[in-house]
Amino acid sequence: MTDTPNGQPPPSPTEGKKYWLEQRPNVEKIFWGLVLVCAALGLADFFYDKHPQFAMEEIPAIYGIYGFVCFFGIVLAGKKFAKLVRRDEDYYD
Amino acid sequence: MIDGLSPGLVLIGGALGIPFLPGKWRHAYMLALPVLGGWQLWGLGHGVYGQVEIFGYALTLVRVDKLSVVFGMIFLLIAFINVIYGMHERDRLQDTSSVIYAGAGISAVFVGDLITLFIFWELTAISSVFLIWARRTERAYAAGMRYLIVQVGSGVILLAGIILHLRATGSIAFDNLGVVSPATLLIFTAFGIKCAFPLLHNWLQDAYPEATVTGTVVLSAFTTKLAVYALARGFAGTEVLIYIGALMTAFPVFYAVIENDLRRVLAYSLNNQLGFMVVGIGVGTEMGLNGTAAHAFAHVIYKALLFMSMGAVLHRAGTVKASELGGLYKSMPLTTIFCIVGAVSISAFPLFSGFISKALILTGAADQGRWAVWLVLVFASAGVLEHSGIKVPYFAFFAHDSGIRCKEAPLNMLIAMGIAAFLCVAIGVYPAPLYALLPYEVDFEPYTTGHVITQLQLLMFSVLAFAVLIRTGLYPWERPSTNLDSDWLYRKAMPAAVGRFMEIGGAVRDAVLARAQNHLERFISTIYRHHGPQGALARTWPTGSTVLWVAVLLAATLIIFYL
Repeated sequence: MTDTPNGQPPPSPTEGKKYWLEQRPNVEKIFWGLVLVCAALGLADFFYDKHPQFAMEEIPAIYGIYGFVCFFGIVLAGKKFAKLVRRDEDYYD
Repeated sequence: MIDGLSPGLVLIGGALGIPFLPGKWRHAYMLALPVLGGWQLWGLGHGVYGQVEIFGYALTLVRVDKLSVVFGMIFLLIAFINVIYGMHERDRLQDTSSVIYAGAGISAVFVGDLITLFIFWELTAISSVFLIWARRTERAYAAGMRYLIVQVGSGVILLAGIILHLRATGSIAFDNLGVVSPATLLIFTAFGIKCAFPLLHNWLQDAYPEATVTGTVVLSAFTTKLAVYALARGFAGTEVLIYIGALMTAFPVFYAVIENDLRRVLAYSLNNQLGFMVVGIGVGTEMGLNGTAAHAFAHVIYKALLFMSMGAVLHRAGTVKASELGGLYKSMPLTTIFCIVGAVSISAFPLFSGFISKALILTGAADQGRWAVWLVLVFASAGVLEHSGIKVPYFAFFAHDSGIRCKEAPLNMLIAMGIAAFLCVAIGVYPAPLYALLPYEVDFEPYTTGHVITQLQLLMFSVLAFAVLIRTGLYPWERPSTNLDSDWLYRKAMPAAVGRFMEIGGAVRDAVLARAQNHLERFISTIYRHHGPQGALARTWPTGSTVLWVAVLLAATLIIFYL
């Protein structure tokens, strides 16, 4: 690349102000907030008329459960998959 | 407006002037070209123009109808935004080739016959490779070469298909072809290569991340969406596309999880998004094709936005490797926000563009009762959230602080990302104008209670899964690596096979040569023995004995004469 990133001296990561996101209690708040949101969304399934295209959509919170399982599965399967296909960065060089 | 001129040719013709203009004028001029192209399109209106006869073939240079307009408009729009994004660069080659490339893509969308399609098909390949080579590294040169071979190869297969099709049917019309003959199968394959079908896909992940900061953004828009358009035009309702598409949505997900280069993660994600569009084409109903067109439109914008944000990171931080990044939200807050807008759009959160487009495709598949395909698509939606929705923004801007402190992205990049982000939200909040643009009338309401809640469930529970994986330490941290994909076949296996062949062939050749040399030496030594200095036939005989021999010969002659 011909462009150079700007040459500001990098201050150390710990220097300066303490960021909201970097404080442990705030991370906890985000996590439990997320749990609450999910619980509310799951319960919401009981309060509206469903128009299912498939029978399995009748199960309460099925989208949430399926999403959670898929996401977990993708990441864990990805770790196994990495063992199979991962090589050194300069493999082709 | 020029009567009957393709909007794409406005850009291609205009691009010829770009190399002669100095810096700022050049970019102002480049910005005007897509606007002029749009004006040209507006002036044309629906219809068929530019019919010429060459060598007895009636070519249709311009066909404007609802399907071509959706793709033509998004190409013009993104060409405009891309110019803004690349304004900080001073590279005549890249500027010129990017506009020719956009023009070729737009022209290809508006052609009415297969021969003209072939010409612009190849022009997109040739003009776009310069966006990779403009990186001017050894690695980019090699990747560009591989890209060019695949792209031109797709064109050659297309040409073969067109010739066979012409011989069989006498027609070069570019309408619904269907996979009904070897000829149309060849055309289908050519489209499939450009559309990155499974096992034909790897040119995309190989080449796009090697292009320049601006080049990758430009590349992400045109080539593959041109292929989607071509499939929608030629092979709508071809059932096999449903299964090909479903596979395309699913398998790149696993590569995206483990890839370290974040622009390559986005390239895998691009492959996954194409899968949704291909499913819509395979479904082939009005709902399915509307879904494909809408998703292509929304996708071009949010995908460009994501590539723009990672381009900005590469430009400022000097790397887009997840293992080297983190904490950049402190230095690049606006880029962070724009990236997140792109991330939630591609993940299809309500109020963002992906939500109102992807739903059409899923509904199209569900309407046909295809529950297995539908399950794969929902699975892939969770996958999109994983790699594009969370991984890209999380590892670049949050995660552990890498200590990198840099400036915010240049103003022109921020403006381009701002426009793209605005459009992502605008389309999501108010989808009516996009729906009105689609090929068929839209009978669909995206914002029903059920749709919003089920989609939010899918997404928020997936986010929760991510949070749990991070808290439990199960989420794999990125590290420098190369992941083997189908390009291993031609980058490793085939060269290795050739090497082995040369090795064995060399040994055989050496053995044959050694044997031949042995024979030759024996032959030479035999000659030497008889004719050499000591050989019987080369000996110098005394004159007396020679005279004696002559007398003997004469006597023999006499005897024979008198007999």
